[in-house]
Parts: sequence; C-alpha cells; structure tokens
Amino acid sequence: MVSTEQSCWFIRKVICWRAVASIAWAVLLLPPITLVFVIISKFSFLHPIQTISECLYLLTSASGIFSFILLCGVILIVGFLHLEYYTVIPTIACSKIALLGQLLHPRHFINSLVHCFMGVIVAWCCAVTMGLRYETLGYPCTESDGHPQMCLNEYHLILLLAGAFVGFSHSLLGVIYNMNYVSFHTVQQYKYLRFKRCLPLVVKCSATQALYSVRNYIVMYLFLGKCPFFMNKMLVAQPIHLLTALNNFFQIDYSVHPLDSIAGLLDLSLLYHLWSSATFLLLTWNITLLLFRIFVTEVYSFPVQSSFTEDSHQCLPKVLTEKQPMILKFLALQDLALLSQHSPSRRCEVFSLSQPGGHPHNWNAISKECLSLLTDLTQRLVAYHDTVATNGRAKSLSSGKDLMSPRPVFLMKTPASVFARSVAGTPQSPLTSLFTPDLDSPFASPALRRLTAPVDQCSPWYGTVQSPHIMRRAPKLWSTSTGEVEFQKSNISFSTHRSSNIQVLSNEVLPEASSQALFADSQAHIWALEGLSYLVQASFSEDQFGVVQTTLPSILSCMLVLQEAVDRHFKLPHASSKPVRSTSSMGDSTYKTLRFALRATLKTAIYRITTTFGDHLNAVQISAEHRKRLQQFLEYKE
Amino acid sequence: MCSLALFPPPLPSGQTTLCESNNELLSGASTEDRLKQESSPLSLHFPRESLKLHSRTESSSKAAFLDHSETLWMRSAAAWRDGGFTGLLNEITNSHTEVPKWLSMSSGCILALLRWVSSFHGSLFPHLTLSSEDMIAEFSQVLNWSDCVVRAFAWHPHTDKFAVALLDDSIKIYNPKSATTPTLKHRLQRSVAAVQWKPLCASALAVACQNCLLVWHVDPCSLSTRPSSGCAQVLSHPGHSPVTSIAWSPSGSLLLSASPMDSTMMVWDVAAESCVPLQRVGGGGVSFLSWSPDGSHVLASTPSALFRVWETRMWTCERWPCVKGRCQSGCWSPDGSRLLFTVQGEMVIYALTFTDAPGVPTSTSQGPQAAAVVADLSETTFSTPDGDIVVGGEIQSLVWDPRGERLAVLLKGDPQAADRPAIIAVFKTRANPIFELLPCGFVQGEAGAEPRLMQFHPNFQHGALLTVCWSNGRITHVPFYFVSAGVPHFGLSGSPLLPHPQQRPADFVNQSLFTEFLS
Repeated sequence: MVSTEQSCWFIRKVICWRAVASIAWAVLLLPPITLVFVIISKFSFLHPIQTISECLYLLTSASGIFSFILLCGVILIVGFLHLEYYTVIPTIACSKIALLGQLLHPRHFINSLVHCFMGVIVAWCCAVTMGLRYETLGYPCTESDGHPQMCLNEYHLILLLAGAFVGFSHSLLGVIYNMNYVSFHTVQQYKYLRFKRCLPLVVKCSATQALYSVRNYIVMYLFLGKCPFFMNKMLVAQPIHLLTALNNFFQIDYSVHPLDSIAGLLDLSLLYHLWSSATFLLLTWNITLLLFRIFVTEVYSFPVQSSFTEDSHQCLPKVLTEKQPMILKFLALQDLALLSQHSPSRRCEVFSLSQPGGHPHNWNAISKECLSLLTDLTQRLVAYHDTVATNGRAKSLSSGKDLMSPRPVFLMKTPASVFARSVAGTPQSPLTSLFTPDLDSPFASPALRRLTAPVDQCSPWYGTVQSPHIMRRAPKLWSTSTGEVEFQKSNISFSTHRSSNIQVLSNEVLPEASSQALFADSQAHIWALEGLSYLVQASFSEDQFGVVQTTLPSILSCMLVLQEAVDRHFKLPHASSKPVRSTSSMGDSTYKTLRFALRATLKTAIYRITTTFGDHLNAVQISAEHRKRLQQFLEYKE
Repeated sequence: MCSLALFPPPLPSGQTTLCESNNELLSGASTEDRLKQESSPLSLHFPRESLKLHSRTESSSKAAFLDHSETLWMRSAAAWRDGGFTGLLNEITNSHTEVPKWLSMSSGCILALLRWVSSFHGSLFPHLTLSSEDMIAEFSQVLNWSDCVVRAFAWHPHTDKFAVALLDDSIKIYNPKSATTPTLKHRLQRSVAAVQWKPLCASALAVACQNCLLVWHVDPCSLSTRPSSGCAQVLSHPGHSPVTSIAWSPSGSLLLSASPMDSTMMVWDVAAESCVPLQRVGGGGVSFLSWSPDGSHVLASTPSALFRVWETRMWTCERWPCVKGRCQSGCWSPDGSRLLFTVQGEMVIYALTFTDAPGVPTSTSQGPQAAAVVADLSETTFSTPDGDIVVGGEIQSLVWDPRGERLAVLLKGDPQAADRPAIIAVFKTRANPIFELLPCGFVQGEAGAEPRLMQFHPNFQHGALLTVCWSNGRITHVPFYFVSAGVPHFGLSGSPLLPHPQQRPADFVNQSLFTEFLS
C-alpha cells in the first residue's frame, strides 16, 4: 500500500499534467479543424462568396457556439478515456477467441458504448454545422388529410446513427489494433517536430478509416434501415406518455424517397457528407490520441540522487524498482538508457559512493534491477521453450489417434498452451477440434489453466498489475462468431469465413502472436540492456572506485544466458517470421518487432562490453562455458 | 595555412608509394612493389575483364516479347502499379482511340501541367533531371563512379575484414583469417553507391542500392560462399531512391540513409525495419552523410549550396549555407569536435569547430560562426624528371584516420590532361597548440592507375593504414608508421574520453616499429 501511495506522486504530478497538456492542445486545435470542416462541408463552387458568409454566420450563431462547446466536451472525455485506458505493454490476443474475449470484456464494452454515445454527439454537431436538410430531427409536413404535423427527418437520423457506428467501430478497431498501446521511440525529437511529422499520417489514416467505416455503415443501413421505422411503430404500443408524445410528434413522411433503399443511399452528396463528418470525428479523436502519446512518452529526467531524504523516493534507483505504475518504470528505464549514453555528469553520480559508509548504493540498485529484469526474461523464454518442447512430443505421440478419437485422456494433462498450438505441426480437423478441450474455455480446470500460463506467472508484473491486461491475455469466453468476423477489416471474403467459423474460433492461433506476447514488454529489457552496457563501457574510464567491476561477472553471465535463450527462441517456427507492416492504421505496431529489436540490442550490448574491455575480460571470473562464448564475441564471430 | 607548394614533389612514373616511416614517405619500383603486394593476402586485383557485366538492362528485355494486347482496364492498372499517377495519365493519353475524347484530352492536359511544374522544380534543383545512375556518379565519394571497377569499399570497424562492391553489382567479403570469400548478390542490389559495416556487430553490412537499402547478415562462421538473399533485409521507402549515402551510428543502433531525390533523411531502426523521416525545407535532397565518431553530430550535405549539421540527441539541425557550391565531402575528427569539409568549385579545406557539451542542442550553445580555411590546395606545378606535373584543384573526398593524425585528400585532377593526374595528398594533422595541417606527401600507384576511392583502416595498431582502390581494379594498402602524439584517444564505440585499450605509446618507443611492414 505504501509503495502505491508513494508512486502515485508520479501519476499525480507528471502523467496527469501531461495528459491535461495534451488535452488542452487538442482543444486548441479544435477551432482550426472545425473551420476546415465547415468550409469543406459547405463549399460550393458556384457561390464562393455565399459559402464564406454562411460560414461566418454559422461560427457566430448560438447553435454553432453551442455545438463547439459540445465538441470540446467530447475531446475532454476522449482525452480522459485515453488517460484511463492507455498501456505501455500491449495486450496481445493469442487466438481469435481471445480477441473476441477482449472485445466483449466489460471494461472495453463500456469504452465502446461511451465512444458510441460521443459519436452521436459529434454527429449532431456536424448536422447542426452542415445545416440544410440535416439540421433538425423533425420537419413540418402535412398529412394526407391536410392536418399539419412534424415528420421524422431521416437525413438527420442517418447522420446520428453514422456517428454512433463510426464511434463504436473506432473503439472496436482500437482494441483489435491495440490503439491504447503507447510506444516509445528510439529517435528523440521535440514534441512539435514529432507532431508535425505525424500529422499528415493521422489525416490520411482518418480519411481512409472514415471511408471504410462509412462503407460498412451504408451496407448495414441498407439491411437494417427499417429498424427506426419499426421502433417508431412499436412506440405506438408503449403506454409511456413521453414516448407516445414523441411518436405522435414525429410522423414519417412516406412520400419522400426512403433512404434504406439502394437508390436512396446512392446519393452522392449524402455520402460525401457522411464521409466528411466521419473524417472530422476520427480526425479530432486521433489527434487527441496522437497528442496524448507524444506528451506521455516524453523523456522525464529523474535525479540520480538527492540531498534531501524526503525526495529520495523520486530518485532513479528507487523509481526503477517500483512495480506499479508501469509508465513510471518505463520512463525511468528510458531515462537510464539516455543518461548512460549522453550525460557524463549523471553517470558520475551513478558510480559515486554514499557519503557516510562509502557504499555504491546507486549502482547496486540500478544494476540489480536491470539484471533482475533480464533474468526474468530469460526464465520466461526457457519456460516457454520447455512448454513447447514437451508439447511437441506429446502431439507427435497422439497424432495418429487424433483422427479417430476425440482426444486421448493423457493429453489433457500435458501442459498444452495457447502458444503450443501455433507450433504443433499437425493441423486438427474441424471435427476433432470441437471435442478438444479448449484451454481458453471456462470449462478447463483451473489447474490445467495454470499450467498453460507459465509465462504470466513468472513475469515481474504477475499479481502486481491491477490493470486488466494480464487478465485479458487469457480471456475465457464462449460466443458465436458473428461479431468477430464483422470487425475484421472486412477485406476477407465472408463466404470462406462462414464455412470455417467453428474451426477458426476453436483452434486457430494467430501466427507468431505467442512470440509477440512473450516479448510484449521487451522495451523495458532493451533499455535495461542499453543502460547497463553503456554504463559498463563508461566505467572503463569514469568509474573511479571500481564499483562496476564487482558486478561485471554477473552482468556478463546474465547477458550471455539471455543471448542463449533468445537464440533458442528464434529457432522456433514463427518466431523469426516478420510481421506484416500496416501503415494505414493509427494502431502502433512497434510491439510486433520488439523481439527483433531485443535480439539486435542484446548482441550490440555484449559487443559494446567486449570491445571496450578487450582482453581484460579474461581476468573476469565467469564459468568456462561463458568464457568460451565470450571468446566468440572477442573474436567477432557471433 | 598549409599549401601544396610545401609538399615534396611527386614520384617519377614507375615508382609507387609504399609506406610512411621515420616521418617520410618511402617509395619503390612497381615490380618490386607488385611482388610484395601479391604476397599480402589483403591486396587484391580485380581486372575489368574478369567481371561479367550485364549485357543489357532489365527494361530492354521488353523488346524480346511479342506485343500482346490487353484491355484498357488491365493496362491502366498496370500503369498505375508501375508508374503511379503519371504512368496512368500517360497510358490514358496514349490510348486515345479507346477512351472518350474528353478523358484523353484532360489527362493530356494534366500531364503537361505536371511536367511543367516538375520542370520548374527541376530548374530550381537541376540535379533532379539526372538519371539515377548519373546521379549516383555525381554525388558519390568515388571518383568517376560509373567507370569504376571497385565501386565501394568498407573495412569492418573492429576486425581485419572488408567488403568490396564491384562493377557487376556483387559484393565480396574478404577476411584474412578465413578461406571463404562470400559473394553477395541480390535482385535489388544494383548500382551500389556505398557499403558500410554495422559497428558493434560482426555480421551486418548495409548496402546503398539504386532503389532500396539492403542490410546483409553474413554469418562470419558460415562456410557458405553465396549467402542466400534471405540473409538480406530490404529497407525501402517510397521516393527514397537512389540511395547515395549511408551512415551507421557509432553505437550501432541506428542507420541513416540519404538520397539526392528526397529532401528527407531517413533514420532507420534496422531491427524493426521502421524509419523516422527527418525533413527540412531547402536543398532539394541529401547527397552525403557523415556521422561523427563520438556519435554526437551528423553532417548532411545537400545538392545545393547548403549543408546541415544535425545534433543527434534531439535531432535538431544547424544550416550552413555555402557561398559557391555544394559541400562535396567532409570528415570528423575522432573526438567529434572538428569537422573538415570541402566545397565544390573551391580548392580549399574548411574547418568547423564544435565545442558544445554533448547533449546540449547546438543552437543554444556557442557554435562556430564561420568556417575557417585550413589548407589551400590550389594548383601547383612540380617539375619531375618526366616533365612538369600540375597537382591541385578540386577535391573529391576527404578521409581522416581514426587517431586524427593523418588526413588523406583525393584530388580530382583533370582526366583530359595528362599532366594533371588525380592524386592523393596526405597531411599530418596537429590539434595542439592550434589546429593545423602539415604536409606529408603524395600517395601514388602504378603508372597509369589513378586513385578512385580510399579509406583508412579503423584500428591499425602502429599508426594509420590507408587503403586505396585504383582505376585498374587493384586495391593496395599504404601504412603510415608513427607514434601517436600521446593525446587521449577516442574509441570508435561512442563514448568520448575512452582510452584505446591497446595503445601504450611508452612501449612502442622501444620496439622496432619503424622498419615493420604490413604483414
């Protein structure tokens, strides 16, 4: 409890302020974006002057100002949702059913609903801004008996529903593409330059995403467009006065061309307005997200040591050991990696001795934490490798029986895992897979499930992270597949999916996802490796008291063991296959290549130490096996 | 200020430079030299006849196939795929019999408009009109690149192996400790402009090609002589071709690439195959990159009279407009505090001094206000037994040895005039009490061979070792034996103030190093 309270200072003093700053900038950027949207939506080639006067009138009108205030409110909510939902360790679904579980997780479901609602609000603002036929929900019309009445304006309705749809699909895509994942950059740049560089990309992403969303929405509306009318009819039967009044208030004018037909929807101006409002909506939200990412990943410089004891919990050695907010640990590691590279004066503080006593507390704390991170990754890799190895044997034994019987009993006891299935050679037939005990299912015994998740257990964040991403890593939900297919990027043909739905859901594991999941937090390890290796390199000339020498054997052996484990991991199938790069989405796919970055950094780190120390390393006491390995590095043969 | 008049006269023809010892350059007759060179495993000879060149380029193979008519839609799609928007417009304009008249007319108009705009752009930056081969030849550090047998050369930063890119688009890797000589070939490896090994890594080699950037991973323990193209990572970015210059960060983490066609400079994270474009307005492209050995600055010259010095902590840059022409070449002192560069059309070497502390952006600290001229290389006539020789003129490239004691300058000469050969002038450099260049001598090869490309060995123990690639396909090594002045040296691997582990000047004094030759 104490530690969480202490670490809260960082969330309170830094992260919150960064989030507030990012939201403030997003709100400041709203007027120009809105202005551009107004001009785009109202522009007519034939009456340019009229367009300008209309825009000016709108911007000064009460409804315009009111909708602008509403938009600001939406941005605020979106910003706070980012602050609430962001994560530095991505959630990687290892199978499609896990992905579905993520989508239906209550936390995400609420998020989706809020987005849906905000989509409606933004769409209403767009409708007010665009004016013309979109402006109000009702319009006066005369019934056949000549009685004047209010009718439902379907153009307004279609826009509101489009807003809801786009908002909802945006949040679903956010889950699928890990949009809440905040990645750190290897190239440091000032915030303004980074924003300037990313802005064209964001505009492009928003426009294309809006195009796809509107297309899907149109298709859906074509089939389900009758629903509002059904609702309208149903309302007649409701005894509630308000609804009846509403129903009586709006009558549908059936003489007008109905919009839920192909002819009604193929209205170019309608499509254009739908697309431009969807782009506006997505652009404002994506810019908020971009600003949040830029602000929150900004380098924070922690003091290495403080002369006041009350500040000691804010110093780098203390902060590094904190488990709780992950962002704090990541920023501390980033700061460590940077200081070890660029800042001789701060390195000097790391190598210094404590004043009374003469102990290298700073270096000990830093090296211990980095080494424990690396050891932990090694254990994780070894455990994973063992799981895969044992499972592979069991699979090959039973593969003959698989076709005949639902599954031998002994197989249920083997530590099969979601990971293992990606590497099991024999593809299961849809029939048997139906009967295979699905370890993701709620029906699997807890004991079995515990065996399947060795990775999570030995991870440092196990049991300490309150955010649900660990829990979501292995969601246990049964459901039908209809939703899931729909939310795929819809370029896969429907027919193939429908035929193999059951198979897909029950046994297909997303390729290389297990490998990605294993290295999901590897940014921390990369910084730990960089920080350690640069500090060791600098210690060759800067370490006056020889504090680094005492830990050099453990650093070397830790890195060499990790190197061995990583090499073994990359020999597994799928581990070294490159992911497909998607550039047209706001989701950050850095996590997909973290394992390659880790492998390269690890090798460079070992070389950095061997190049600096050269033959002096022969005097370091390490085991014979490691010495042999080190010799390879000294001769540049790795 | 040093000038060429202070240099000892060039050697008579038939004599070649062998080494520097006891403060003077020793020479020998070429036959004697050849014997010695052939006994050395690292000296190579690539006769032009031994290379199998491409008989025709890939585009000309189109003529070998029968013309076959496709529908307009198919052709348009193919044109869109191959040539982008302009290709599509071209296709529509050309097939005016099949499309409606208004469509072909309007696409023709748009095409003409685009061409007009691009010609306007081209008149601002004339290099944009060059073909990509010509552009590489124009901006390469190699003298007369298109006619060169050895197109690029790179020593490994830590061991005694090197990579050689040849005229036939293959790359060979030579290692004196291993019998195998891997040959690297790849479908995309065409018109290699530069190669560079990744620091702090045994295997990775970056190659700047015509259309992309390749990073080969050549396992040093492998016995394979033809690594498959699966060992190469392809890094490409639309609009970023031809790549003429690459630079690894000294810490081995990032790779920079530049193209004269693209005004952005790419910072690649090679492991993740992702890039960060760094764009600044002006210049029309980036032609040459050089990363300072301490990793703090990067020189990026543009095809117009402007170069930039980037600071690598936050990636901000300083603009340095030149008076006359573009910055042709540049090199950094080992501690990264001094930049020497040359400007096209001028015959002098300039120096810039950076005194800022690492980590502080250069714009806020007191950077240099103007570059100082440190050497004058204007034409000087030497009389030799074979007649007068004019040495001097424009500079093709500059290289500085890793200890900062010798500076080699490749002078362009005049290919038409026999008495104005391309020649390498070597200077001694001294940093204390003031920075100055002192004459050392000229490095010459066999008769009729002119130097094309040169590089210093990154960690030669006994001084400096200059590797020169000659126009006749020969690669020779010229050692400069000297005792370092005892200033602290800087490791290649990034952090400053790192004494060279092997370097102990006191021991060298007692050894008979001065008569030792390269083994």
